[in-house]
Amino acid sequence: MNKSILNKKLLGSLLVAMALSACKSTPMVDKPAAVEDKSPKAATTAPAAPAADTSADTAGVQDAAVSGNPLTDPNNILSKRTVYFDFDKDTVREEFRPLIEAHAKYLAEHGSAKVILQGNADERGTREYNLSLGQRRSVSVKKSLNLLSAQDKQIETVSYGEEKATPNCKDEACHQLNRRVDIVYEGE
Amino acid sequence: MKKILNLFRSFIFVATVAASSAAHAALEIEISGGSAQQIPIAIVPFGQAATASQDKIADIIAADLRRSGLFRVLETGGVASRPTEISQVKYAEWAVLQAQAITVGNVTALPGNRLKVTFGLADVLKQNQLVTMEYNIAPNQLRLTAHKIADVIYQKLTGEGPIFASRIAYINKTKNRYALQVADADGVNAQTVVSSSEPIISPAWSPDGTKIAYVSFEKKKPIIFVQSLTTGQRLTLANFKGNNSAPTWSPDGTKLAIVLSHSANSQLYTINADGTGLKQVTKSSAIDTEPSWSPDGKWIYFTSDRGGNPQIYKVSAFGGEAQRVTFKGDHNLSPHFSPDGKSLVMVRKDGAKYSIALQDLANGQVQVLSDGGQDESPSFAPNGRVILYATRVGGRGALAAVSSDGRVKQRLSESGGDIREPSWGPLLN
Repeated sequence: MNKSILNKKLLGSLLVAMALSACKSTPMVDKPAAVEDKSPKAATTAPAAPAADTSADTAGVQDAAVSGNPLTDPNNILSKRTVYFDFDKDTVREEFRPLIEAHAKYLAEHGSAKVILQGNADERGTREYNLSLGQRRSVSVKKSLNLLSAQDKQIETVSYGEEKATPNCKDEACHQLNRRVDIVYEGE
Repeated sequence: MKKILNLFRSFIFVATVAASSAAHAALEIEISGGSAQQIPIAIVPFGQAATASQDKIADIIAADLRRSGLFRVLETGGVASRPTEISQVKYAEWAVLQAQAITVGNVTALPGNRLKVTFGLADVLKQNQLVTMEYNIAPNQLRLTAHKIADVIYQKLTGEGPIFASRIAYINKTKNRYALQVADADGVNAQTVVSSSEPIISPAWSPDGTKIAYVSFEKKKPIIFVQSLTTGQRLTLANFKGNNSAPTWSPDGTKLAIVLSHSANSQLYTINADGTGLKQVTKSSAIDTEPSWSPDGKWIYFTSDRGGNPQIYKVSAFGGEAQRVTFKGDHNLSPHFSPDGKSLVMVRKDGAKYSIALQDLANGQVQVLSDGGQDESPSFAPNGRVILYATRVGGRGALAAVSSDGRVKQRLSESGGDIREPSWGPLLN
């Protein structure tokens, strides 16, 4: 995606982040939201019936970043949307505090803004357990936002488990990228 | 000991009503290992009416028996005679091959586009007939009839319950499409029952085999559906706030155990098969998921990380205190009951490896059955003798099976496919 120009404060926290998580090749670039907007309906068929084809794929038109929108301004910490986690853990690591504080502040100041927190897990372990783990990670981020006065009604938590994980990870750096919660604002 | 069973049957079954337009690509099956004492059996090609389908009934029977690892199917090409009923068998000819058992049969056309399939099984050493059967079928029931005959032979000679006339369900991922498919237990006749551009996981057979519950992300969040395999129609079983997942049927098919997160952590619930009567079963601050109902209906076994990492616990199906069941291995997840309720198959993590393990519930002994490293989603065959599970081969999902004694291993793969989340269904009527 667009090359992020990091402000000094963020850069500082990033360096700490990298030192803490000790995953050298984990770039903190803007992760696109994990949502893929494709056909809204599944095709169901009886076993003997011909498989129904996919309904047309739909996609929203990507707006160019409107200047002045802090959520998409690469110089603003609000454009950072991803919180990463340790293996089988849902604890929000200290390095993500500035990011979460910024989003909580934005939500508190914009009562009509809403976010979906999308929890994800790496591919190790069973799919159902990972679905629950991704959920717990999104709830963990929600609780942090709540503590900083974002309201319940502004936040929805969902989980994709390991279903959106990059498959066949060979190393921890790859797994790390999959263990995350993406913050997606309504309408994005 | 002449025991003659004559059964006239008209099968009523739903899956193979007609050929589907779905991919017919069969799963390729690779077998390794085998019982130390395989039964040598001669399966003489059936006399077959020209109108019968091109499927060679004897080949289907032979493949089933071979796959079990309990039989050595003998080459019959060198024997001059081609008996089609037991009375025509010259036992001396087959004794030379060292056959212990011989199967013969015949397919003839009946009026009204029906077929008559007869078959007999005899003991070559004792020179006596063990069983004969007769089936009156529609032409498209020939494969199923072959599997039923294989089951009769298998039961008669091994004493185990039937296994071959059953189906499996799994998810086949191709590019960005997820398809829930149902195939015969030998991997043939794969048919798509639902497909989506979003993930589908956790297929679960109803005990009578007429329905499948599954979790679909098609609405951008996990929702549980129950779909009829006869009509293709489905109902939304659970679409509550948060995750709806991990469906499993009660043994009587009236209820399902499911997992809901509402807006917090995953907990177990039960719900009627029509989506009414939701009841909470566990109340913890941990992840409680992957329920499996005991065959006597009393218990639900499940995965929970309430002790710090995922282990298996059990709770009364009506709720109450949970008790821990697994104590060996770093993690234990995804419990599934054996049909007799005496053992539990699960995913066990030791170090970085995820394997399939079997735990005897009476004495707590555990046997690790697989070594794929990323194995998951185990389920028992209807007779409890084989466990089907998901593994990874060359970076793609594949199915594998192992006998419950760990001796016979099979791998089922489809070229180009990425197959996961298998579940072995009940026997077909």
